[in-house]
Amino acid sequence: MTKLLILIVVVLGILAVAQLARVYELTSKLRGKREEDISPADNRMNATLMWLFPFAYFGFFLWLVLAYKDKMLPLAASTQGVETDWLMNFNWAILIVVFVITNALLFYFAGKYVFSKDRRAHWQPHDNRLELAWTIAPAIVLAVIIIYGLNSWNRITTLASPDAMRIELYARQFDWTVRYPGADGVLGATDYRLINGNNPLGIVTPQALEARLAELKLEEHATDSLLHHTVQPASKVLELEERLGYLGRMRARLVNLRNVMDQDMKANGDASAYAHGADDVVTKEFMLPVHEEVNLQIRSQDIIHSAFLPHLRVQMNAVPGMTTVIKVTPSITSDSMRTHVMKDPNFNFILLCNKICGASHYNMQLPLTVVTGNEFVAWAKEANKKPFEVPAASPAPEAALPDSAVNIVDSTSMAQAATAGH
Amino acid sequence: MGAHAHTAHADHGAGHQHHHHEESFVSKYVFSQDHKMIGKQFLVTAIIMAWIAVIMSLIFRLQLAWPNEGFAFSNFFLGDKWAPGGVLDSNMYLALVTIHGTIMVFFVLTGGLSGTFANLLIPLQVGARDMASGFINMLSYWFFFMSSVIMVCSLFVEGGPASAGWTIYPPLSALPQAMPGSGTGMTLWLVSMTLFIASSLMGGLNYVVTILNLRTKGMKMTRLPLTIWAIFLTAVLGILSFPVLLSAALLLLLDRTVGTSFYLSDIHIAGEALENTGGSPILFQHLFWFLGHPEVYIVLLPALGITSEIISTNARKPIFGYRAMIGSILAIGFLSFIVWGHHMFVTGMNPFLGSVFVFTTLLIAIPSAVKVFNYITTLWRGNIVFTPAMLFSIGLVATFIAGGLTGIILADSALDIHVHDTYFVVAHFHIVMGMSAIFGMFAGIYHWFPKMYGKMMNTKLGYAHFWVTFVCAFGVFFPMHFIGLAGAPRRYYSYTEFTMFDGVVDLNVLVTFFAITGALAQVVFTYNFFYSVFRGPKAVQNPWRSNTLEWTTPVEHLHGNWPGPIPVVHRWPYDYSKPGKPEDWVSQITPLDPDEEEH
Repeated sequence: MTKLLILIVVVLGILAVAQLARVYELTSKLRGKREEDISPADNRMNATLMWLFPFAYFGFFLWLVLAYKDKMLPLAASTQGVETDWLMNFNWAILIVVFVITNALLFYFAGKYVFSKDRRAHWQPHDNRLELAWTIAPAIVLAVIIIYGLNSWNRITTLASPDAMRIELYARQFDWTVRYPGADGVLGATDYRLINGNNPLGIVTPQALEARLAELKLEEHATDSLLHHTVQPASKVLELEERLGYLGRMRARLVNLRNVMDQDMKANGDASAYAHGADDVVTKEFMLPVHEEVNLQIRSQDIIHSAFLPHLRVQMNAVPGMTTVIKVTPSITSDSMRTHVMKDPNFNFILLCNKICGASHYNMQLPLTVVTGNEFVAWAKEANKKPFEVPAASPAPEAALPDSAVNIVDSTSMAQAATAGH
Repeated sequence: MGAHAHTAHADHGAGHQHHHHEESFVSKYVFSQDHKMIGKQFLVTAIIMAWIAVIMSLIFRLQLAWPNEGFAFSNFFLGDKWAPGGVLDSNMYLALVTIHGTIMVFFVLTGGLSGTFANLLIPLQVGARDMASGFINMLSYWFFFMSSVIMVCSLFVEGGPASAGWTIYPPLSALPQAMPGSGTGMTLWLVSMTLFIASSLMGGLNYVVTILNLRTKGMKMTRLPLTIWAIFLTAVLGILSFPVLLSAALLLLLDRTVGTSFYLSDIHIAGEALENTGGSPILFQHLFWFLGHPEVYIVLLPALGITSEIISTNARKPIFGYRAMIGSILAIGFLSFIVWGHHMFVTGMNPFLGSVFVFTTLLIAIPSAVKVFNYITTLWRGNIVFTPAMLFSIGLVATFIAGGLTGIILADSALDIHVHDTYFVVAHFHIVMGMSAIFGMFAGIYHWFPKMYGKMMNTKLGYAHFWVTFVCAFGVFFPMHFIGLAGAPRRYYSYTEFTMFDGVVDLNVLVTFFAITGALAQVVFTYNFFYSVFRGPKAVQNPWRSNTLEWTTPVEHLHGNWPGPIPVVHRWPYDYSKPGKPEDWVSQITPLDPDEEEH
């Protein structure tokens, strides 16, 4: 019923416009007026609207600024953010001046020089001095903007000091996980092939590797017996064979990873990235200490996400197969935000996903708590007691395939081990 | 070579007159090789595609303004599968924003805008009988048509159309496990775009060849109307950049179908580790934006060219700084190829490389500023006739200023960290690229409608269309800057899952009201357009008292454009209000007086 009503209203609306247009057309035909002859009244009306428009335009702008200035992001809660906020305001100051002047000129001229039969337009096809002037003027303004902008950019993107704490933000559809380095202060190596329910980030430790190998062997065994000891339709057979191939290749790569790991641990001992995973803390609790430079290491399990901390003015993509890094120095604790800045006891900093990633993209969030240095130390001490743990490998079935005949060079895991190492 | 081709072509055209052959319906209206008809075919297809995209935007605007509420409107178009009870599904939300963007950028503002006006204007304004190759020109339209049909068909496949955003970043677009839209819908998207690119290349080559080789006698490059200069640069940009998108799309197709790893590496999805290693999703972004940024100017330059022509004609004053205008589009065209990285500041790209892109991107602001100042100075002491086309042209200058300035914020990498992928970006590109280009397109339609159909459009409806559209354009996109500065990410289905945006979400309601009103204004336009095609008052030969060559052709279309020989050009196209002339315009075919300086 509503559908029908809406349809009727729309149709009637169109008919009304059509009738009005028709009446107008007939009267202009009667008066012998042609469509392309713009009457002085029409010109005047449009000229007046050209003069009125900027008032509405600037008025709307001003209203938005006044009504929403307190609903914009609050002051930046990181030293990097304080710097970019200053830069942002500096840019706005320049841009708004240019915005008002150019628009004022545009609409003023448009309204003022309305057509008159008794007048001719001023003949001036070009003026090279003027062209030069308005090439050089923007060039100077832009030079200033570029210099200030790149200065800030360089400061923000230079690497964090080597002793800054490294924390990992790990993205997947549709949640975030945080990894702290644990008691040894170093994040361990990872490999995506180790990911399973017990090891959501695929941290490589000898134990985790064995557990994953055993898991693969188990499935391989089950698939193998399904294939050889039961009768399956042809399509299913193909599927099982493919699966078996996949499992074999996956296991071969892990065996290869084990060799790499063993060699690396033998050669580098405690410096090896593989020696640091066992005490890593994997958590949904995102804590940062205030006034301390932190290196955020950002990774993704599946597709591109983006770690966005609007209050801290931090954003960096999470790209599968790649580790991205951005540093941040929080400058206000969550408590101060709640009591002094926002005056809202429920306020929380928030980590959002800011790269389209699927159906629940809009709800991929994690609250962040910024605490004082002492509070953070206390929290970390507690957290370090519960490092990420992988249950011991269950014994492998007997029919397992031999895993010695494998020699695939796996550059990815070596590269990851190398980046995670320092 | 060029001169030879010109003579041959002219002879052919002149000879054409002697053997009138009746064209069948099919060869005249369907598989036409006449550039004017092809231009109209592009235009009508684009209007239909634009309506599809507008309706999509209304559906997701309803969801954004009143999240999770049911609307009969959404249910009417999407049915119970994608809008059960009228509540838009979150997968379909992403599909709608993706296809809205794809259709608007490629099918309306690239195919529609360039296809219409390049085809209509190049032969008419340079003085040629037709395009260099009428046959390839026809193919260009039919590839565009097939591509449009496939894109529309993709809306009806099971998992829904492509949903990874119009930029289709892999791995999201590469893996059907990642979202339902990355299945058949994505494959059709890629097939459709491949045809589109083929169409665009065939058109582009034709445009360049025609402009370089088929200009009439006296039509030096420095006497070309700015429309043709803009279309020329657009075609060159397209020829150089679209093949890169084609290669990006083909590599993506390989990743999707035969298991290559160009863009995929170390992925664990849907509970399983994929075997792909060594690829890089960032590679796709580089390839995509190598087209994607020039694409912005492929969309914008024809609009700027159209506006230059219309502002000069209706201000009855030569365009200020003709050579500076040409220089600035050349500069914009060149720079547009070395700025693509500014879309990727937060991808983990080397910060030094980022600063190079900051520098090159901000350089583009200089020629853009030159263009704006020249437009404003053209109006200064002009004698302005407010045709609907003129209104839209002035509107374009306003949107170009507003959108251009926010571009400076986005180009500044340190600031981009904070506003990247927020509504600030949505506001920026809709104003500078969407609104400016569509205003240029409207301006062109109102201005050249008499040439296309031999009829006049209704001026009063044109005024209503402009003012409502103009106000709504700012009403829709201006508040989005504020939503973005509050930190709201784009492509979010709703903002109800946390409290942080509670202060600004009421702006979404305002935006949606303006969007609905703006869409209704387009009903007025569409009515005016189609009514005038059939029932509009008959046009005179040169209704706007314009100097350019197309107005020397008869109102009734004929294959070959001029009944007699092609006129010879004696002057530039902008002799408006020249002192010592009886009228305030002098056609390009009027010879110079013995002691007259050219300009």
